[in-house]
Amino acid sequence: MEKGKGVMGSGQRWAVDFSDNSTAPSSRDILDPLGFTRASVDQDDSTVSRQKKDAESNWKAQKAWEVAQAPFKNLLMMGFMMWMAGNTVHLFSIGITFSALWQPISALQGVGKVFEPYKDSKVELLGPKLLFIALNLGGLALGVWKLNTLGLLPTHASDWVSSLPPAQEVEYSGGGIPI
Amino acid sequence: MAIRSFFIPFLLFVLCFCSSLSPVLSLYEDQVGLMDWHQQYIGKVKQAVFSTQKTGRRRVIVSTEENVIASLDLRHGEIFWRHLLGSNDVINGIDIGLGKYVITLSSGGSILRSWNLPDGQMVWESFLQGPKHSKSLLLVPTNLKIEKDNVIVVFSNGRLHAVSCIDGEVLWKKDFEAESFEAQQVIQPSGSDLIYVVGFSASSQFKMYQINARNGELLKHESATFSSGFLREVSLVSSEMVVALDSTGSILLAISFQNGEISFQETPISNLVEDSSGPAVIIPLSVPGIFVIKTNSVTIFIKVIGKGKFEVVEKTNHETAVSNALPISEGQQAFALVQHAGSEIHLAVKLAHDWDDNLLKESIKMDQQRGIPHKVFINNYIRTDRSHGFRLLIVMEDHSLLLLQQGAVVWSREDGLASIIDVTASELPLERDGVSVAKVEHNLFEWLKGHMLKLKGTLMLASPKDVAAIQSMRIKSSEKSKMTRDHNGFRKLLIVLTRAGKLFALHTGDGRVVWSHLLHKSEACQSPIGLNLYQWQVPHHHALDENPSVLVISRCGPSSDAPGVLSFVDTYTGKELNSLSLIHAVVQVIPLPYTDSTEQRLHLLVDSDKHAHLYPKTSEALSIFKHEFSNIYWYSVEDHNGIIKGHALKCMCIGEVVDEFCFDTRDLWSVVFPSESEKIIATVPRKLNEVVHTQAKVIADQDVMYKYISRNILFVATVAPKCSGGIGSVTPEESWLVAYLIDTVTGRILHRVTHHGARGPVHAVFSENWVVYHYFNLRAHRYEMSVIEIYDQSRADNKDVWKLVFGKHNLTSPISLFSRPEVITKSQSYFFTHSVKAIAVTSTAKGITSEQLLIGTIGDQVLALDKRFLDPRRSVNPTQAEKEEGIIPLTDSLPIIPQSYITHALRVEGLRGIITVPAKLESTTLVFAHGVDLFFTQLAPSRTYDSLTEDFSYALLLITIVALVAAIIVTWRLSERKELQDKWR
Repeated sequence: MEKGKGVMGSGQRWAVDFSDNSTAPSSRDILDPLGFTRASVDQDDSTVSRQKKDAESNWKAQKAWEVAQAPFKNLLMMGFMMWMAGNTVHLFSIGITFSALWQPISALQGVGKVFEPYKDSKVELLGPKLLFIALNLGGLALGVWKLNTLGLLPTHASDWVSSLPPAQEVEYSGGGIPI
Repeated sequence: MAIRSFFIPFLLFVLCFCSSLSPVLSLYEDQVGLMDWHQQYIGKVKQAVFSTQKTGRRRVIVSTEENVIASLDLRHGEIFWRHLLGSNDVINGIDIGLGKYVITLSSGGSILRSWNLPDGQMVWESFLQGPKHSKSLLLVPTNLKIEKDNVIVVFSNGRLHAVSCIDGEVLWKKDFEAESFEAQQVIQPSGSDLIYVVGFSASSQFKMYQINARNGELLKHESATFSSGFLREVSLVSSEMVVALDSTGSILLAISFQNGEISFQETPISNLVEDSSGPAVIIPLSVPGIFVIKTNSVTIFIKVIGKGKFEVVEKTNHETAVSNALPISEGQQAFALVQHAGSEIHLAVKLAHDWDDNLLKESIKMDQQRGIPHKVFINNYIRTDRSHGFRLLIVMEDHSLLLLQQGAVVWSREDGLASIIDVTASELPLERDGVSVAKVEHNLFEWLKGHMLKLKGTLMLASPKDVAAIQSMRIKSSEKSKMTRDHNGFRKLLIVLTRAGKLFALHTGDGRVVWSHLLHKSEACQSPIGLNLYQWQVPHHHALDENPSVLVISRCGPSSDAPGVLSFVDTYTGKELNSLSLIHAVVQVIPLPYTDSTEQRLHLLVDSDKHAHLYPKTSEALSIFKHEFSNIYWYSVEDHNGIIKGHALKCMCIGEVVDEFCFDTRDLWSVVFPSESEKIIATVPRKLNEVVHTQAKVIADQDVMYKYISRNILFVATVAPKCSGGIGSVTPEESWLVAYLIDTVTGRILHRVTHHGARGPVHAVFSENWVVYHYFNLRAHRYEMSVIEIYDQSRADNKDVWKLVFGKHNLTSPISLFSRPEVITKSQSYFFTHSVKAIAVTSTAKGITSEQLLIGTIGDQVLALDKRFLDPRRSVNPTQAEKEEGIIPLTDSLPIIPQSYITHALRVEGLRGIITVPAKLESTTLVFAHGVDLFFTQLAPSRTYDSLTEDFSYALLLITIVALVAAIIVTWRLSERKELQDKWR
């Protein structure tokens, strides 16, 4: 939009109004230029702005969907890296698994922030948000699955009994060959 | 994965790391002596011969009761060389021949050996056969020659041999036909060619044989009968007269055999000594003209004047030791006399023919803990003023060896440590303010010098000399020999009981003797025989102010029903806190798993009448005991008739004296092995103080097996009775070995396995839920080791994760052995190259670290073998999951990796036992091996995963940290500057 568009006042006193009145003239005391019918312009103007608004919200919605789908790529990449890392516990696989767990969690924590720019009364963000959350949960699940394949999840009986002390015996017996 | 745990990822890392390592636990050359020490001993000296030639170093040759022949430096008491003969090769006599050979007669007089004096190499060996078993006598005459060949005269196995000193060839031999002839002395009068053999026959006959030394021809044979018989010992008072006692011990007999005529002169002892009481014994000696008899505790010296006339020259109540005679000059012979009097010992050296004149008379302060002198050996030297000086070698009651010269102890050796019978460990005092700590550095200069050297070593600027200095500094580090407890629990006291009945406390840092204590002699018990050692009080929680103490069980006499003696010894100071002379015998000692409020452990002592006596005798102990009364059982193994019996406590003893600490017992069960087919040769229980970390064993695919862990299992091995003979006495078909696992509370046989064609000896070790035993396989002609692991099948269905998560299981609730256990066993056998002297297993503080078997090999070394090699789940082709679990592919024999000898280049001569003590650091265990030698080291079966190693570079760590901090500061500064510039742009 153009700025500094002057509107000439009458009389000795003058003023330069830098405000943009092109769309919404603040005062009605100024006569319209000849051959200008306000009604048509007004109407025209409003349709343009509406169109613009629609385009913007469309764009926002599109962007929001895009953002919501972004973790999917991430997911694929993570999956590939996990596959590369193998199923043995070492520094690389542990690092990848923990980053795979950390990324979705931090993303889920910042769901609001991610969709902040696309906040609009007309934009329906629930869908993208749900997709975003779902995809991140998918990523989390992938990370947990990886953790499990690495054997770091206590899902087996062996994880719970491996530190159980031996049971106490009630009876006690001693002796042996006479000394 | 071996362990799947979310909670302890660190441990998991460590375990993964460890399982990927090879099990080899070797040592670098410069690490030798840092954590280990080795001490060499010889045992109680039986006989000593001095070799003090003008040339060569002065030395003394000794033979000991541990069957050691050793050459010791007379100046310092160090060992020049040493040979340990086998346990059935007992040394009968030693002497020096031709001034350069050490002659030894051993193995009941059937092996005669000659050793090179300077270096101990064997020169020759002769086997002397004979018709019958007899006393063995060795005589090395100095001037008896047959064709320029020096001769050794040996009487053994009922036959007289003359053996060449040069090559050990038997020159002649002479049998003594008379069946019952028992030679007592072989006499070779100097300057003659005659040999006299005197002895007794049929208890009342004295016989004398005169033999030509050149060809063994019998010249004369006389015998005479004395109606009332003889005691066996004789004392040689001249080359033609011996003194003996009659069978009642009340009449002295002077037996002279001059010119082949035997004549007796009887003198009742009461004629000589008015107040003599009780039978006398003669002390075998060879001092011309003098002999010694002993009645009760009185030692009487008697001089022979003229033919058959005796005169008492001295009577003494003190404990006395007398040496043999030593020729010092022409016709003069000296002997030494050592008397014990309180804290001193009196030495006297006298001439044989002149009692009243002392060549030497001294008193020397002697440590009370050495007891009385047992033996004395005399040697002389010529002083610069041509007078005679004497040195005395004394063997004390505690088996220590001392050299006395010029009124002082020149050196002493603690040779009692060669015969350790029991070992236990004790903590050191806590480090407190005021407790004196060993001086760290002597002065600033030394300290600076030390650190300069270390710096040089780190920067690789050190010369070989400096390296040696650094090494010795590391070994002598005062840190490890401090007298206080350390954080890792490496510093401890090893309390050892020796056969002489002496307790020693050895510091684990450097092996020095911290204190020693000879078992107290009381009125009731003159000679207690130490049997066993138990930890009596181990304060750790609420009795920290008390000192720990040990219980020494000893017996008042050799028979098993002799009354027992209990001694309580403070392990910090070595002071005897208390000594109890019991009225009952001690046949079994059962340490109970209960302690009272002062952390004194309750002990049950079973006497020969199967009464159980509770100690300590306090009301508190009694109330604790009463509370657990019905849960206490005991078992006895009667290995001679093949019965194992289980007993339970019944009620208080019924007797004339009310003793509320005495309990009657009743028989509960018995396992009788058929005597015609089985004979018990080994029983091994689990160690009482062993800590087991977990009851579960996680196997491949996250499956769980529950170990059957019970303190009350006994491993019993029986063999066919025929197998008890030597190797080759039995064919494989008639030989078998049966291994049992027996529950000692109920008498239930949990497992039984027969090895056909196997025989003893069996050495076994029992830990957690497994037992490993070693035996000989006659079919394969090899030694074998077998492992049995025992698992609890009744717990196997505890597999619901949710139940386990919420603790809805009964895996840790107390169990009774009377509920029928469902056990399964897994076992496997492997060949093992060595025969074995002892087996032990490493034990750690919490039982988490994997275990190693410590095998004392026949070469007197200790081999560490990973328990993973003895895993019955090994298979020829393990699956991937099993490989990940750490299962080694099955091989027919167990590998012996030279680097895993924990004794590295050293040998623990005469190895008898291996003891492991857990350190406070979980990864580390302390190992003490004892035999004639002692060896101590630290061992980390899974490496030291919980501490930095000795060679960790702290300097590098520090430099890295400093560099990182510097880098952070620099980059922070740079980034700040850049940010500022950006803002100005």
